[in-house]
Amino acid sequence: MAAVWLASCLLMAGLMGRLVYLMIFRSQHYSQMAQELHQRERTIKAARGRILDRNGTVIATNRTVCTISVIHNQITDRDQVVETLSKALDIPADQVRKKVEKYSAREIVAVNVDKELGDEIRNCHLDGVKVDEDYRRYYPYGSLASKVLGFTGGDNQGIIGLEVVYEEWLKGVNGLILTQADAAGVEIANAFEDRVEPVPGADLTISLDVNIQTYAQQAALKVMEEKGAKRVSMIVMNPQNGEILAMVNVPEFDLNDPFTLNVEPEEGAAASRQELLNQMWRNPSINDTYEPGSTFKIITAAAGLEAGVVRLEDRFSCPGFRVVEDRKIRCHKVGGHGAEDFLQGAMNSCNPVFIDVGQRLGVDQYYHYFTQFGLLGKTGIDLPGEASTIMHKKENMGLVELATVSFGQSFQITPLQLITTASSIINGGNRVTPHFGIRAASADGERIQSFSYPVRQGVVSQETSSTMRYILEHVVSEGSGKKASVAGYRIGGKTATSEKLPRSLKKYISSFIGFAPAEDPQVIALVTIDEPVGVYYGGTIAAPVIADLFQNILPYLGIPAEAGETVSGFGISG
Amino acid sequence: MPKKKKKKARRFYDYSLLFTIVFLTIFGLVMIYSSSSYMAQINYKGNAGYFMTRQAGIALAGFFLMIMISRMDYHWYARFSNLAIVVSWGLMIAVSLFGHEVNGKKRWLGVGNARFQPTELVKITVIVAMAVLITRIGKDVDRTAGVARAVLITAPLAAIVAANNLSSGIIIAGIGFVMMFVASKRHMPYILCVAGAAVVLIFAGPIGHALTAIKILQPYQLTRINVWLDPEAYPTTGGYQVLQGLYAIGSGGLFGKGLGESIQKLGFVPESQNDMIFAIICEELGLFGAILVIFLFVFMIYRFLLIAGNAPDLFGAMLVVGVMAHIAIQVILNIAVVTNTIPNTGITLPFISYGGTSVLFLMIEMGMVLSVSNQIKLER
Repeated sequence: MAAVWLASCLLMAGLMGRLVYLMIFRSQHYSQMAQELHQRERTIKAARGRILDRNGTVIATNRTVCTISVIHNQITDRDQVVETLSKALDIPADQVRKKVEKYSAREIVAVNVDKELGDEIRNCHLDGVKVDEDYRRYYPYGSLASKVLGFTGGDNQGIIGLEVVYEEWLKGVNGLILTQADAAGVEIANAFEDRVEPVPGADLTISLDVNIQTYAQQAALKVMEEKGAKRVSMIVMNPQNGEILAMVNVPEFDLNDPFTLNVEPEEGAAASRQELLNQMWRNPSINDTYEPGSTFKIITAAAGLEAGVVRLEDRFSCPGFRVVEDRKIRCHKVGGHGAEDFLQGAMNSCNPVFIDVGQRLGVDQYYHYFTQFGLLGKTGIDLPGEASTIMHKKENMGLVELATVSFGQSFQITPLQLITTASSIINGGNRVTPHFGIRAASADGERIQSFSYPVRQGVVSQETSSTMRYILEHVVSEGSGKKASVAGYRIGGKTATSEKLPRSLKKYISSFIGFAPAEDPQVIALVTIDEPVGVYYGGTIAAPVIADLFQNILPYLGIPAEAGETVSGFGISG
Repeated sequence: MPKKKKKKARRFYDYSLLFTIVFLTIFGLVMIYSSSSYMAQINYKGNAGYFMTRQAGIALAGFFLMIMISRMDYHWYARFSNLAIVVSWGLMIAVSLFGHEVNGKKRWLGVGNARFQPTELVKITVIVAMAVLITRIGKDVDRTAGVARAVLITAPLAAIVAANNLSSGIIIAGIGFVMMFVASKRHMPYILCVAGAAVVLIFAGPIGHALTAIKILQPYQLTRINVWLDPEAYPTTGGYQVLQGLYAIGSGGLFGKGLGESIQKLGFVPESQNDMIFAIICEELGLFGAILVIFLFVFMIYRFLLIAGNAPDLFGAMLVVGVMAHIAIQVILNIAVVTNTIPNTGITLPFISYGGTSVLFLMIEMGMVLSVSNQIKLER
């Protein structure tokens, strides 16, 4: 009997030894395997970085919204759940009931519910009703710079605009909640949770100025309404470094409601809803090309001066047309400008003068400067979908084509390409890269990344640049751009009236490009008015828009008005 | 009346054993609640205490039965030994033919909720019948004829039980074996038998392969051996239960996660209130708690040893030895299975695992032991 007892004790001792082995020496191994089995991952969305304007004003941020869902298994009082949810969320009761009665792990009843309403539902403490908080992109200024900023989709990913380009900076790193789940995968309440905190996205500071953007948008809306135009676009840029202060494309759309069309679709229009949305989201300043028209004479003039084929005092004569090969190309002034020098030709925006300059350059040289100015490529702006220049192939370019290109017809560029090229001509010959992004700063402010953009120097000589400023200042002070002049400031600029294709429709784009101060440009602006009704001359309807803009933003930008011959009303004397 | 009582000799009643039984049973109820409440809540419409209350009711009834039996003279049920053998045979044949199948094994007899496992009755039958036999054959216990009679009682019953429930068959054979060993004066043959069994266990792998090759073992039985040798290689097939048990044991550590804190009971260890409950004890109470539980059983077996050694006669001693063998074998096998020390076979942990029949018959056995202890005369 004692032997049995002893044997039992020995065996039990052996099992204890086995337990010691399993629970001490193999503990880590089995614990880890068990943990891998129990752990479930749940992501915590990282807050998307904000977008700030150059003064730190928040123009894109996040708002807390709630997702309301029901969990079939946990619901105790179906009727009450249906009644409460349908009343609170304003959803038909039968629709809620369908979700309540569906046998699934989790059924989403409503998304993007305001936080207050979500809190209200949570405070009802209904079994099986889950209220999860989430971030939703929110744009405090609504439609301001809508086509530039862009918006985000359901997963908070950028869909258009800067939100796409700076996705990597803005999106942040999602966090993780590691919870424990039972064998069926149901999370265990009050179980120990491991959290990997999300890293919020970096705040993006852009060169846009909310005040300038707002003012430009109002001005654009005003002229669009007054002239019954289809669209009006405006770009305001610092010509020295390519920072874009404003980019307006009216009609804009509401960034907080980007899937609602901003205009009633035309009767009988065949375009699908998605096509109409895409159309609404387009940024015509960079996604669409147009024939620039007379504003392009800036480029022809600069090329001619740079090549030395023309000087300010060169004499020309305009009979109202010029015959190139077998074609008779008209000047906009039917009777002709008569005898004039180059400066006067530019002030008059005389087509024959620029045809002559183009012909003096010849196709080869003209093409050379076209390329050197950067017109063949894209500007490299930090916005998606920039359109390329549509230009004749060099080998297909005859003298007639050369003549039309010389005054801005028969090829297409984007408005942004025009303003960028004009900037490089007037800023001393530096081809800047237009851009919005200035810097990205991590949410804790510890890491700051400043963005830099390529600048190509020597596009034109300092001398040509200075001559061009002189010419363009005269265009405004005494020439076709008179209506762009602003008391107290020296403004340079050029008007344009482009005929849209096909010419038979007699539809126009009126535009004006202006910069100030003329001797040392700090700001350049381009307005394009698409299909104005009635008077369509750029010098008449586009130039005043820029004058109005400059009058307001130049003091705001801290560019002092000069006391000089142009200021007549009140003299400032020392 | 009081005068009469005074004349009676003072009798021993093993309160230590009684206390141990009560403690183990209540501890078992706590652990059943802990290990089953989560899944019971899911499977029995929120009734977290489903298993615990069922077990508690039967345990309570069993407790009164035990007290009653402990007050009886144990010689009285010796006369039912033959009847018990007949009933056991009848029930085992019945269960083989009409038994309820659970997980492919016919182990249950009865209608609706009133089911019981006849194997538990067979265990008591063997204990009583062997005690009767050994008492009757006297010195023949060392002769071939005596051994043959013992084998004739035990082996066929063990075999028919083993057909559907291998581990209970082993226990029944083990009970008979240990009782014969204790009664016998020649120990060598028995020791050789144990040594042989140990060798088979050690070389189970190669032997299993050889037996399968000559088609004595079925492939599924070989799988069980392979799983035992390396459970992590069969995580989803045969090794699932054992592996989940090992996860539970291993994640317990020195002091465990705390009572009620097991994760493995949340559906990972299947029916964790049954055979694998010791794994949950390990996970929740740690090595410390697990060893305390083993010590409780060691103490219980020690009490059996004392009672058997002081029993008034051979029959009483043999009864206690039988119960002792039963408890010891079942505890050792259960813990050995849970810790993957031997190949997996369904076996419950006495007093702790969930199982109505088991706890009822355990209480009856305890009643028998207590009644033997009750008849020990204390000398002044």
